[in-house]
Amino acid sequence: MDKIRASLLKKSIASKIERRGKIISLTCLALIILVVFLIFYFVASRGLATFFQNHINFWQFLSGTQWNPGTNGTNGQPAVGALPMIVGSFLITIFSALVATPFAIGTAVFMTEISPRRGAQILRPVTELLVGIPSVVYGFIGLQVVVPFVRNTFGGSGYGILSGTFVLFVMILPTVTSMSADALNAVPRYYREASLALGATRWQTIYKVVLRAAIPGMLTAIVFGMARAFGEALAVQMVIGNATLLPHSLVSPASTLTSILTMGIGNTVMGSLQNNALWSLAMILLLMSLVFNMVIRYIGRKGKLNNER
Amino acid sequence: MKKSRVIQLLGLVLIGVLVGLGYSQRATTDASESITAVGSTALQPLVEAAGEQYSSEHTGIFINVQGGGSGTGLSQIQSGAVAIGNSDVFAEEQPGIDASKLKDHQVAVVGIAPIINKKTGVTNLTSEQLRAIFTGKITNWQAVGGKNLPIVLINRAQGSGTRKTFESYALNGQKSADSQEQDSSGLARSIVASTPGAISYVAFSYLDTSVTALQVNGVKPTKTNVEINRWHIWSYEHLYTSQQPDQLTKKFINYILSTAVQKKLVKQLGYISVHDMHVQRSATGKITTVK
Repeated sequence: MDKIRASLLKKSIASKIERRGKIISLTCLALIILVVFLIFYFVASRGLATFFQNHINFWQFLSGTQWNPGTNGTNGQPAVGALPMIVGSFLITIFSALVATPFAIGTAVFMTEISPRRGAQILRPVTELLVGIPSVVYGFIGLQVVVPFVRNTFGGSGYGILSGTFVLFVMILPTVTSMSADALNAVPRYYREASLALGATRWQTIYKVVLRAAIPGMLTAIVFGMARAFGEALAVQMVIGNATLLPHSLVSPASTLTSILTMGIGNTVMGSLQNNALWSLAMILLLMSLVFNMVIRYIGRKGKLNNER
Repeated sequence: MKKSRVIQLLGLVLIGVLVGLGYSQRATTDASESITAVGSTALQPLVEAAGEQYSSEHTGIFINVQGGGSGTGLSQIQSGAVAIGNSDVFAEEQPGIDASKLKDHQVAVVGIAPIINKKTGVTNLTSEQLRAIFTGKITNWQAVGGKNLPIVLINRAQGSGTRKTFESYALNGQKSADSQEQDSSGLARSIVASTPGAISYVAFSYLDTSVTALQVNGVKPTKTNVEINRWHIWSYEHLYTSQQPDQLTKKFINYILSTAVQKKLVKQLGYISVHDMHVQRSATGKITTVK
């Protein structure tokens, strides 16, 4: 009797193991959260120093067009105008998403609706292969192939937003494609069956039913691609020309936040204005990726409501 | 249950042993047998090669060499994180660095030459023309006797040692106009080689037949001209240490400055030996002749 009583009151081995497992996974989680928090803290503390220690006007930083933190600009203040980089980053992101989206959706439709067998056998592995190619390879191909092509076709030196767009287009295409394909696959089978049963052709079904139902998922895919394009540094840096000038055409040299960051960080001294200004650029990048993340979550939530209705 | 316990225990012991081993290794190597040099990528090949040679001659001593840029080198040595900070520029020229706390060792000289695309049709520029091109006053090669081609400026990254040297001694301290920037000499050269009308500047060791090295005022960019300062665009390569470096650091720097290294390794890698220089330049740019 006592034995049974004791075994009932004591914690079983299974529950002990479960508690240990919980502790381990919680510790891992806490560690990751701590790291994320520390990164935010570090970037913010350095990035904000530009405004609080070096007394740079925040609006001037966002709207100024001269970037040369070592020297004074025309207004006598240190020249830390990040507008050229911000504009460059956004233009290149938006353009590459615009170019990539039709191709990605077309491929995804082919993979899921038109020829699922061939899609699974050939196209999926190919897109996955594209994801695995290191960005420096893309940059190198961009430098050797895309830049001369742009120079000979559109004029200019070949370095600029257009070349960057072409390179990024290929880089984000697999991401957007495979996520769009997932979104299309997630459309319930009975949507298609109902549409076909009503007498719609395959094209009508794809266009009017499947694509419409998958819009939230595809938007998420596009924003994901944009987030990747926004954060890409190396490949873009090799083809964009890295001139801190406001781009006045698609073939004039420009720069992005990431390209100026990677180029400048080794040449500045921790704690100096030049270094702090670069951290401010990093802070903008971090904030932007936060915004992209929030947009993705927002679209996801919206999409769910629509489906339930 | 028992078996997994044993495995767990073994794993723990293994981790413990590894950590202990790693810790003891760290303790011995950090004590005096290894030094770390960080900084300038232009100087990195020399320090790496000299470090390898030094380790092979002195068993058990390791010289870790890392890149990162002159700014990184100077800030790391200032904060005391490394033994040697490699730099292309004088510590006095770098904002945020207190040069009085550092000790300068000039181990080599690097000459820098303007390079242009081969199809430009120009081989010589006066220093005024060079300045006008880089400050954006001349924008077509026709104006300096070349073909009717727009000039494409390709600068090195802001704060790069090569760019600082070029602006100080080729542009007389004027800032170059905003233009394309590249963060490595190799990339700058290959872009000049493939872009019509492009002009940039690289260290002598990067000169090859894919680009034209310009003469300035009729002076050719050669080692001999640098040694007598007829070619003005050159800079020292510095190894910065703290005011009181430890024994090994001192020995290693003396080794790099020794005739054996200066006569062979420095020349093989395309640098100019400090022993061959007939002039000396101070941080402020004052030239004195060496007797």
